[in-house]
Amino acid sequence: MIPPMPVPLSWYLFLSAVLFALGVAGFIYRKNVITMFLSIELMLNAVNLTFIAFSYQLQHIDGQIYSFFVMVIAAAEAAVGLAIILAVFRNRGTLQVDEVDTMKL
Amino acid sequence: MDTILFIICAIVAILSGLNMILQKHPISSALSLVGVMGALAVLYLLLGAEFLAMAQMFVYAGAVMVLFIFVIMLLNMGRERASRKSWFAQIVGLPLVLAFLGILLFITKAALPPFRAVQFGTWVGGGAYNIGRLLFTTYLLPFEVISVVVLIAIVGAVILARKEID
Amino acid sequence: MNYYVVSVIKIVIVFAIFMTALAYLQWVERKVLGHIQTRTGPLRVGPHGLLQPLADVFKLLTKEDLVPPYASKIFYLGAPFVAVVLSLISISVIPFGPKITVFGTTTYMQIGDVPISVLFVLAISSVSVYGVALAGWASNNKYSLLGGLRSSAQMISYELPLTLAIVAPLLLSNHLSFRAIADTQAGYYLGFIPHWNIFRCPFPQVFGFAIYLIAGFAETNRIPFDLPEAENELVAGYHTEYSSMKFACFFMAEYANMITITAIATLLFLGAWHPLFPGPYCDYFPTFCFLIAALIFFYGAANPARSRDRKTFPVFGLAMLVLAAIWAVPQFHFVTVPLWWFCAKVGGLLFAYIWVRGTLPRFRYDQLMRFAWTFLFPAALINLLLTALFVAVFKGC
Repeated sequence: MIPPMPVPLSWYLFLSAVLFALGVAGFIYRKNVITMFLSIELMLNAVNLTFIAFSYQLQHIDGQIYSFFVMVIAAAEAAVGLAIILAVFRNRGTLQVDEVDTMKL
Repeated sequence: MDTILFIICAIVAILSGLNMILQKHPISSALSLVGVMGALAVLYLLLGAEFLAMAQMFVYAGAVMVLFIFVIMLLNMGRERASRKSWFAQIVGLPLVLAFLGILLFITKAALPPFRAVQFGTWVGGGAYNIGRLLFTTYLLPFEVISVVVLIAIVGAVILARKEID
Repeated sequence: MNYYVVSVIKIVIVFAIFMTALAYLQWVERKVLGHIQTRTGPLRVGPHGLLQPLADVFKLLTKEDLVPPYASKIFYLGAPFVAVVLSLISISVIPFGPKITVFGTTTYMQIGDVPISVLFVLAISSVSVYGVALAGWASNNKYSLLGGLRSSAQMISYELPLTLAIVAPLLLSNHLSFRAIADTQAGYYLGFIPHWNIFRCPFPQVFGFAIYLIAGFAETNRIPFDLPEAENELVAGYHTEYSSMKFACFFMAEYANMITITAIATLLFLGAWHPLFPGPYCDYFPTFCFLIAALIFFYGAANPARSRDRKTFPVFGLAMLVLAAIWAVPQFHFVTVPLWWFCAKVGGLLFAYIWVRGTLPRFRYDQLMRFAWTFLFPAALINLLLTALFVAVFKGC
C-alpha cells in the first residue's frame, strides 16, 4: 500500500489561478464568440475549484453549495448565450466578434 | 498517491486549458475544455466533494459542453480567421494577464493563512446527503431563486433561438 | 496489498465475462430476431452458429481500415475509443451479488463500491454522447453529421426522463449507492410480494420502470429510436465512414450500453439479486430451470428438425445438466443463486430489447422528439412528484 502523501492546499489555489489566467487570456485574444464563451466557462471552473478548495480548508460545505450555484448559473448562461449566438449567426452569418460591427460608425 | 493524482490532473488541466486557447477550431477548444473539466472533477473528488465532482461531469461536461458542441456542429463553423481586433488588446493583453496571474499567486502565497494539507478521505463532507440538507434548509431561498432563473433562461433561449416568422 | 490483488482478480473476471457476454449477446440477438421472423439465424459457423461471434471478430479484424482523406484525423480516430471506453467504465460500479467470503477473503461481487455510484453511472452516460457526436462530425459526411446531430439531440432529450425515472427509486431507497439500494430491496410484504422497488409500498415504481425502459431504448439507440443510424435515410448514420475495428468499437459500445442499462434497471427496479419468491426452495429454482432446459434439449434431440440436431442437442442438454448440478450444490449457493437471479433478470430485459427490435417500426424524427418532451418527460416528472409525496406522507412504510 502506497502511504497517502498530503498535497498542500495552496497548490490547488495556484492551479486555479493559472486556469483563471488562461481563461482571461483566451477571452482577450480570441475572436470567435464560441471560444470566448468557452473561456468564460474556464474561468467559472477555476473559481469553482477555489470555492471547493476553501471549502476543504474550512471543513465546511458552504463553498460547495456556492460552486453548485455557479454550475447551475453556468448552465442557464450557456443556454441563453448559445441562443444569442444562434440568432447572431442567423442575422450576420459570422461569429467573429470583430465582424459583427454594423452598429459601429 | 494524492500527490501523483494531483500532479497528473493539474498537468492535464493546464495543458488542456492552454490547448483550448491555442486551437483555431472551436470544436478542438470545446473538447479541450471537456478535458479540463474531467481533470477538475478528479480534483474535486480528492478534495472530498464527491457530489460536486459528479455534478461537474453531469452538468458541465455532459450537458453544457454537449450543447456547445451541438451548436458548433449545427453552425458548421470553420477555423477562426485572422483578426482585426484592436491592437491595444494584442499588445497590452499578455502583460496584463501575466500581472494578474502574478497578483493571484502572490495573494495565495503570502496574504492568506496557512493551509491544510489535502489528504483524500480525511474529510468527506461533500456527500449528497449533506449538500441536499443544506440546500433545502439554509439555502432554500437562493435555491428557489436559482430555479426561477433557470426557468427564465430556458424560456429566453427558446424565444431567442426560434426561427422568426416574418 | 490484499485489496489490490482481490481487485485485480475481480476486474479480470468481470472483464472476461462481460466481453464474452457482449460477443454472445450479438449471437443471441441474431438468433432471436431470426426466429421472430421465422428464419433460423446464424447456423453455419459451429453448431447452431455458436462460433459466429469468433468469425465476426475475425472478419472485422481482417477488414481494410479506411480513413476518409477529408476527415479530421484526431477526432475521427478518437471517437470510437471514447465511445467504447465510456461504455465499459460504467460496469465497474455495478454490483452483481452480495458480500461473499471466498478463501477467507470477504469481498463484494463488484469491482468498486462507490458511495455515489448512481451519480457516477449517470455522469458517464451523459458524457458518452461525445463518442457518437464526434464520430458524426469528424467523418465530414452529410449523413454522418446528420446522424451525429440527431443522436446528440436524442440522447440529451431522453436523458431527462431517464434521470427523473431513476430518482424515484432513489427516494424509496434513500441511498445513492447501488449496493445499498439493492440491500434495501431484500424481504417480502405479506410473506410473498418481494420488496423490489417496482412493488415497493408507498408508491410502486411501475410507471417509473416503464419510463426508464423506454428512455433506455432511446439512450442506447435501439430500434424504435434508432434514428442516428436509420439505414434507409442516413445509410448508417454516425458510423457510415467507419470500418474494421473502429466500427467494431461502436458496435461493442452499443451492446455494452445495453447491458449496463438493463443491469441498472435490475438494480434499481427489479430488486437486484433478490429472488422473486421466498422460501427454502428458492435456492433450488435455478437448478429446476436448468433441468427443464435440459429436458427441452433432450426432447429436441428425440424429435430432430434437422439431422444435425440429433448430435448437438444432447450435448447442450448435458451442458444444462452440468449447470444444474453446479447450481444444486448448497455450498456454492451464496454466490451462485444471487448471480443466477441477477443474470436472469438482466437476460430477461435484454430479451425484451431484442423482442422490441423484432416487433416495432422506427419512429419519425419529429415524433421521437415530441414523444420525449411532451409525453415521457412530464410523465417522469409526475411519477417523481407522486413518489415524493407518498414517501413524505407514509414515512417508514
